[in-house]
Amino acid sequence: MNKSVKEFEGGISLFKLKIMKVGLFIPCYVEQFYPNVGIATLELLEKLGLEVGYPLDQTCCGQPMANSGCENESVVTTKLFIDNFKDFDYIVSPSGSCVLHIKEHGHLDNVYELCEFLTDVIKVENFEFEFPYKVGLHVSCHGQRGLGLAQSSEIVGQDFSKMRVLLDKIKGLDLIELERKDECCGFGGTFAVAEEAVSVKMGKDRVEDHLKNKAEILTGGDMSCLMHMEGLINRQGNPLKVMHIAEILNLAK
Amino acid sequence: MNHPKAAEIFNKDEAKTEWHDKALWFVRKKRDIATHGIPEWEELREKASAIKANVLSNLDNYLIEFEKNAQANGIQVHWAKNGEEHNRIVHEILKSKCVKKLVKSKSMLTEECHLNPYLEKNSIEVIDTDLGERIVQLAKEPPSHIVLPAIHKRKEEVGEIFHEHIGTEKGASDPQYLTTSARNHLREKFLKAEAAITGVNFAIAETGGVVVCTNEGNADLGVNITPLHIACMGVEKIIPQLKHLGVFLRVLARSATGQAITTYSSHFQKPKPGSEMHIVIVDNGRSEQLGREDFRKSLNCIRCGACMNTCPVYRRSGGHSYGYTVPGPIGSILSPGKDLKEHSTLPFASSLCGSCSAVCPVKIDIHTQLYKWRQIIAEEGHLASSKKVGMKVMGYVFTKPKLYRILGKVARNSLSVLPRFMIYNKFNVWGKARELPKPPKESFRDWYLKNRSKN
Repeated sequence: MNKSVKEFEGGISLFKLKIMKVGLFIPCYVEQFYPNVGIATLELLEKLGLEVGYPLDQTCCGQPMANSGCENESVVTTKLFIDNFKDFDYIVSPSGSCVLHIKEHGHLDNVYELCEFLTDVIKVENFEFEFPYKVGLHVSCHGQRGLGLAQSSEIVGQDFSKMRVLLDKIKGLDLIELERKDECCGFGGTFAVAEEAVSVKMGKDRVEDHLKNKAEILTGGDMSCLMHMEGLINRQGNPLKVMHIAEILNLAK
Repeated sequence: MNHPKAAEIFNKDEAKTEWHDKALWFVRKKRDIATHGIPEWEELREKASAIKANVLSNLDNYLIEFEKNAQANGIQVHWAKNGEEHNRIVHEILKSKCVKKLVKSKSMLTEECHLNPYLEKNSIEVIDTDLGERIVQLAKEPPSHIVLPAIHKRKEEVGEIFHEHIGTEKGASDPQYLTTSARNHLREKFLKAEAAITGVNFAIAETGGVVVCTNEGNADLGVNITPLHIACMGVEKIIPQLKHLGVFLRVLARSATGQAITTYSSHFQKPKPGSEMHIVIVDNGRSEQLGREDFRKSLNCIRCGACMNTCPVYRRSGGHSYGYTVPGPIGSILSPGKDLKEHSTLPFASSLCGSCSAVCPVKIDIHTQLYKWRQIIAEEGHLASSKKVGMKVMGYVFTKPKLYRILGKVARNSLSVLPRFMIYNKFNVWGKARELPKPPKESFRDWYLKNRSKN
């Protein structure tokens, strides 16, 4: 895996890479239920030569309470987050949704979703490995419409996707086209339970789009969306395998 | 009935839910083709939003200017504080002309004010002349969408309704046959009508005229065939000058149906010779909404329905599940201002995906307003107590890292050792259709301490 060393062309120098302190922000549900996603993110950042720290007292970003109407109950949690990460130059997380929440409610501007950190800050040039599978990319709404990681289909303008840029660098990886490229999967935090019927139907329809277009692997930048769809896939016994994008990218040597 | 319950019932017929979703997604796709076809689309949205911001900041002056110019054109202008006043005013105008039968073209405002039942109670026949409106009127249902009022009815269902009410053949569902029959049925009603009521899409302060957009020409026919025209509008329908109309006509049709322009954009500037024209300007809670800083932008709405067509929740729950005249995302930010408790589940009928805000031609920050209404609903005590307590507990646990870790471990261990029936039961709403994640042996933090920690 190479990173750009041409600082004058907007890249980042090896020297800077060495001295910048990156804080690894692992969302609570990933920490508890998807440690492999956290491990993949950490290993990937370390392979890039970064010094990565993991504050041991991190819990949650505060989003579940805030989105349920209880912003007041999330203030101290968000404060704890800010305190945990105060000594880092960059905060990186494998979750667009939690990053968006911290940006909007913690008012931090040095917090990055993993993929945008790789494309915008590190400017990774290539990944040296083969991944000969048909991959379906689920674009999470908070990453896309909130953080601007990809062009939304509603907006008129140049098409782009930071995740696609990364996946396109992988040999053999066949990114499938979907009928609805950026429809919500229906997770939505407590929405998944409060509006169970609609949430499940939304998820089933998303999974079906990937299956119909012959995806072998379903990936994305938010484990929460993937957890919801994986829950449906496992219940239905579908052959689709779910991998967080960090788990694919970390296959790089 | 609250939204989740109504949505659950709607989803019981999965095939129909899929059909409803696809029908509306088709409209969303048409909208995409129409908007992506003009490079200046985002600029148009910005302009439309800026004009509306100007209107909302100077609404009082524009309304007075509009009234003055309309009166100078010979139009009689009436002001209604709320729905009741609106209905009374309309009824009095009709009474003064001894009107017993009238035709009405589409107007969400008159739906909002419940004008039809009011007039019917006063022995006046009201015929909705928009095809979709007529279908739901015959079915004795409210519209389920503000642009496509009968989108929840399949053609077979329309065939049954028409068979029962306008005498089409039993079992007929050919759209051509059904629409021709409706046209013949409505022609008779037009010819017998003594007055026409229309809605208003845009009221131009500078000219004192109003513009009504239809695809069926039913507003024109009604107004031109009868000697009395009553146009009903909300205060927010004002635009400053005629030159601004082009911006709105371009964004409205493209957003609503994917058309470059509505088939009829009818300008009504003054009464035709020998006739009367009245305009009823209605507040009905709009001034109050204007006073709510976080929510005033909702008054930008030009009722295109694009947020409904794009909303993954609306498409899979249907307009009636919202229990409010204007359903979908925009209805979910308008309705809490009318009755917070009654509509307290609507701002939660969203995954906050943000597609509504991205599609909105007048750039209303719909999903942000949904979030803000949620805060107010919780503050005012309208959250279910289980949710309120749950959030309080979560909020506490997440501020205590040690406690959080202990509870996380307990949850993981329980999931690994408990028998399936104890995990998947009626208390586990998540698990009704979804598996829970397979519990890992250790958390990321445990792994990190073993593999990376320097201590």
